[in-house]
Amino acid sequence: MTDDYEHYEAVVVGAGPGGAAAAATLARNDVETLVLERGTDAGAKNVSGGLIYAEESAPYTIDDLFPDFREAATDRAVTEHYIHNVSGRNVKTFDLHDLHHHDTEWADSVLRRKMDSWLADRVHEMTRETGGGLLTDVRVSGLLREGGRIVGVTCDELDAIRADVVVAADGVNSELARDAGLMDWEEPEEWFQGVKAVVDMPEGAIEKRFNVDEGEGVAHLFSGDLFEGARGGGFLYTNDDSLSIGTVFHLDSIAEERHEPQELLDNLLTHPLLADWIGDDYEELEYSAKLVPDSKKVAHPSPHRDRLLLVGDAAGQMQAQGPIIKGMNHAVTAGALAAEAFVDARSRGDTAEAGERYEAKLENEGVMDKLRPTRYRTLGRLGEAEPIASVTDAVVDSPVGRAAVGLLGDSLERLYNSPFLVGMLPDTKLGYVTLPTAIAEELGAPVAGESTVETPELDDRIGDLTYDIDEGNPHIELRDNSFAASGTAVTACPVSAKDFGGGCYRDEYVATNGTEKRVVSLDTQPCVECGTCAVVADTDWTHPRGGKGVEYKQG
Amino acid sequence: MRSVVLTKGVPDFREGQVSFDEDGHLERGKTPTVMNPNDKYALRAALQTKVRQGGTVSLMSMGPPGYMEVLQEGMRDVYADDLYLLSDREMGAADTWATAMTAATGIDKLDERPDLVFAGFKTADGETGHTGPQTEWCLDMPLITHVISLEVDPDEEHVRAKRLVEAEADEIETVKAPLPAFIVTDPEFEASYHRAEHRLEHKDLRETTRKRADEFGEYLADDSEKEATEWDRFTMWNHADLNLDPDFIGLDGSPTIVAGVDPIPKAPSEREATPVDPEDEADMEGLIDELAPYAAGD
Ligand SMILES: Cc1cc2nc3c(=O)[nH]c(=O)nc-3n(C[C@H](O)[C@H](O)[C@H](O)COP(=O)(O)OP(=O)(O)OC[C@H]3O[C@@H](n4cnc5c(N)ncnc54)[C@H](O)[C@@H]3O)c2cc1C
Ligand code: SF4
Repeated sequence: MTDDYEHYEAVVVGAGPGGAAAAATLARNDVETLVLERGTDAGAKNVSGGLIYAEESAPYTIDDLFPDFREAATDRAVTEHYIHNVSGRNVKTFDLHDLHHHDTEWADSVLRRKMDSWLADRVHEMTRETGGGLLTDVRVSGLLREGGRIVGVTCDELDAIRADVVVAADGVNSELARDAGLMDWEEPEEWFQGVKAVVDMPEGAIEKRFNVDEGEGVAHLFSGDLFEGARGGGFLYTNDDSLSIGTVFHLDSIAEERHEPQELLDNLLTHPLLADWIGDDYEELEYSAKLVPDSKKVAHPSPHRDRLLLVGDAAGQMQAQGPIIKGMNHAVTAGALAAEAFVDARSRGDTAEAGERYEAKLENEGVMDKLRPTRYRTLGRLGEAEPIASVTDAVVDSPVGRAAVGLLGDSLERLYNSPFLVGMLPDTKLGYVTLPTAIAEELGAPVAGESTVETPELDDRIGDLTYDIDEGNPHIELRDNSFAASGTAVTACPVSAKDFGGGCYRDEYVATNGTEKRVVSLDTQPCVECGTCAVVADTDWTHPRGGKGVEYKQG
Repeated sequence: MRSVVLTKGVPDFREGQVSFDEDGHLERGKTPTVMNPNDKYALRAALQTKVRQGGTVSLMSMGPPGYMEVLQEGMRDVYADDLYLLSDREMGAADTWATAMTAATGIDKLDERPDLVFAGFKTADGETGHTGPQTEWCLDMPLITHVISLEVDPDEEHVRAKRLVEAEADEIETVKAPLPAFIVTDPEFEASYHRAEHRLEHKDLRETTRKRADEFGEYLADDSEKEATEWDRFTMWNHADLNLDPDFIGLDGSPTIVAGVDPIPKAPSEREATPVDPEDEADMEGLIDELAPYAAGD
C-alpha cells in the first residue's frame, strides 16, 4: 500500500508523567519520538492531589529521568503525613510517618500545570534531537490499523501517523485503550472520582500555620463521618503558596448514593479542623476534577496489543495504598519500562516484541504486585462481599466493637502504618467511615475554633475556569437520555447538581402522549472532562479536540 | 521561496489603548502605534510558506523610525527573518499611491526578487484597501485578494489559493497563479499544518523569531549601539538609497486630496433586552402575553 503518512519510530500520546518518562527514555536511546498532547499546554488538562513519590524500590523515578525535576517542577518536600479520624467535631489524629516513609526516597507536592509544562519543555528539547518533538493542541482520535493490526494513530488536527510503537500515556479514560479493546468504562466500582480546590495562601502563611520550614511541606488526610457516608476521604497538601484540598471517593459510592461531589468537598473545606490552616480569607484559585483508576481492579495484566503499549492511568496503573494515592510515580516507572522494552526489542531487530517485553518488565520489576497485590485479591475482595462487609461494619459499630476500638487505642495507629495491612483492606464503609468515626468518638477530642470559610457556588466555580469552547461540536453525546440510564450524572458530575441549571447535566420532565417522562439533557460547555459520565451515564464519550475545552492553570 | 510581507503601523484601536479628545478626534500622541492587525494574517501566510517550502520571510514597512517597533512586533508575534524600513522625511504624509510606489521600489531593491509578496486586507486607520493592489500594479505581478488559504507548488512554480468572493464563507473561489504573485490575505485566513513535521518546524521557527525579536528589542533600547553598529537583520533605506525622486513620493507624490473628515456614526443597536424577573408573576404574565402572537405563529 502506498500512502503519504508520516512515520516516526515512536509516537507517545499524552504529556503527563507517563508520557514524559516514556519519551525521555526513548529519546535518550536515540529513538525518533513524536509526543502528542491534546492540551494547549502540557498540564492544562491534568489534575492530581498531588504528592509525587519516588519509591526506593522503583526501577525509575522521575528525578532519575529529569535530574533538575525537584528543583524546578515541584513545590514542597513533604516530610510529615497525618490522617485525621473525624466524627462531628471530634478528631483523633494518627501520624502516618511509617507508611509515608516506607519505601520512599522523597515525596514532593506538585501542581500539574507547572510540573507537566516543565517536563514538556525538557521532553521537547530531547525528542527534537531525535527528529521528533512534542506538539500540544493535538488530540489523537484513534488507532490507525492496517489489515486489522495497529500501525499508528489518527488525529483530529493532523493526518494519520505511522509508528513502530505507540505509547498510550493518555491518562484515565484513555480513548486508545478503549479503541484497542483493552479497557472499558462500564463499572463504577473500578474507579475513584477526585475533586479538588486549590486555595490561595498569603506569603509565609504556610510556614506559620503548618509549622514547617521554608520548602518543606505536610500532608493531611481525612476520613470519618464528614462525607455523608461516601466511601473515600479527603486530603490537604501544602504547595509553595497555596493548598491543594480535595476528596477522592469510590465512584460507585458517589453514583449509587447520589452524592454531590462539590458538596462533599465543601464539607471538608468548612470543617473546623481546617479553620486555622485556611484562615479567614478563603480564596479559591481553581476547582477541578478527574477520575482515578483503581489499580487493584483495573490494572491491565497485559497492557499491550500489536504495537500499542499502555502506560500509567491508561493502563489502570494507579495504586491506592490504603489512604495514600500513588499514580504519578507508577506512570513514570511504566513509561520508562515501556520505552526500555521497545529499545530492547529494536536492538534485537524485532520491534513487534516490545509489548511482551514490557509486560515481563512490569512483572519482574515488582510493579504489578504493587498495583494488584495478591493479598488484596484474596482477602480484600472477600471482605467486599456484601454479607461479610455488613457484618464487619456492624461489629465495629456495636458496643463490643466500640469497646475494642477504645482498648486498641493508639495501637490502631500501627495498623494504619502497615503497608501490608492497608494493602488488603477491603473497599467497604468499614475502613473509610465506620472505623474512623468510631476511633474519633472513642479516642478523639473536639477541635476548637469555627470555620469562616464560605465556599463558592458551583456557577462561580465554573465561571472562574478558563474554557475554549468548541462551538457546535460537543465532545460528549447522550446515547440514552432517560433518567434511568443517565440520571446519575446529574448529581455525580462535579459541575452539575440537582436544581442547578448552569451545569452539564439537568433533569427535566417532558410530556409525551399524555405521560410525563423524566429525562436528562446535556450541555458540554462547563465540562471539566473528568470522565465520570463516561462511566455512570449512557454516552458517546470523547475528549474535546486539541486545545479545546477546559484549561487548568493550576492542575 | 522568498516572501516579502508589507505592513504598516496604525493606532492601537483596542479598548483601553486608544485615546480620543473631546471632539472625538484621535489623540495620536496618547495612542500607541501597533502593527496593523490585518497584516498579521499576511505574515502568517508567509510563515506557512516558509514552514512548508523553506526560504526567507522579509517584513517591510514604510514610515517613521518609530515603525521599527512595529516591525519588531511582527517578528515577535508571528515571524520574520529580516526587517526593512523605508524611511525619511521625503516619504512622509504619503497617500496610498505614493506608498505603493515607494514599497514597490523597496521590493525591487532587494537582492533577490521575491516569489511571493503579501499584504493584509486594508489598514485599521485608512480603511482603503488600496495599497496592496497598487503596489502589485507597480510590480506587475498577478494579484489574488481575499485569500483564506494557500498552497504553493514550487516545482510547478505556481500558487493555488482559496479566496472569499463575497465575504461569506460559502462563496469560495479557488484560483491558481504563476509565481511570482501578490497575495492579499483576508482576516479569515487560516494557516493549516496537517503534518507533525510542519508543526514541529513551526514551533522551532516561533521560538527562533521570539529570540530574534528580543535581540532587536535590545538593539532598539540601546541608542549608543544603534549609532555605532548595525543589527544585521535590519535594513533602513531612505529615498536616496532607493533612487526615488522626492517629487513622486511622500506628500508631493500623493494625488489624494482630503476634502473633509466625518465621524463614522455608531451602528444602532439592533435588539433591546428587557430583564424580566421570573419570580415576578405580573412581569411574567406581561411577557407571555407579548410572546403569545409569536407562539401562535403570527
Ligand atoms: C484528585 C486527584 C488526586 C490525585 N492524587 C495523587 C497523588 O497525590 N499522587 C499521585 O501520585 N497520583 C495522584 N493522582 C493520580 C494521578 O494524577 C494519575 O495517576 C497520574 O496523573 C497518571 O499519569 P499519566 O501520565 O498516566 O496520565 P495523565 O497525567 O492523566 O496524563 C495524560 C495526558 O494525556 C493527554 N491526553 C489524553 N487523551 C489524549 C488524546 N486523545 N490525545 C492527546 N493527548 C491526550 C492529557 O491531556 C494528559 O496530558 C490523583 C488524581 C486525582 C484526580
Ligand atoms: S459532563 Fe461528564 S466528563 Fe464533563 S465534567 Fe460532567 S461528568 Fe465530567
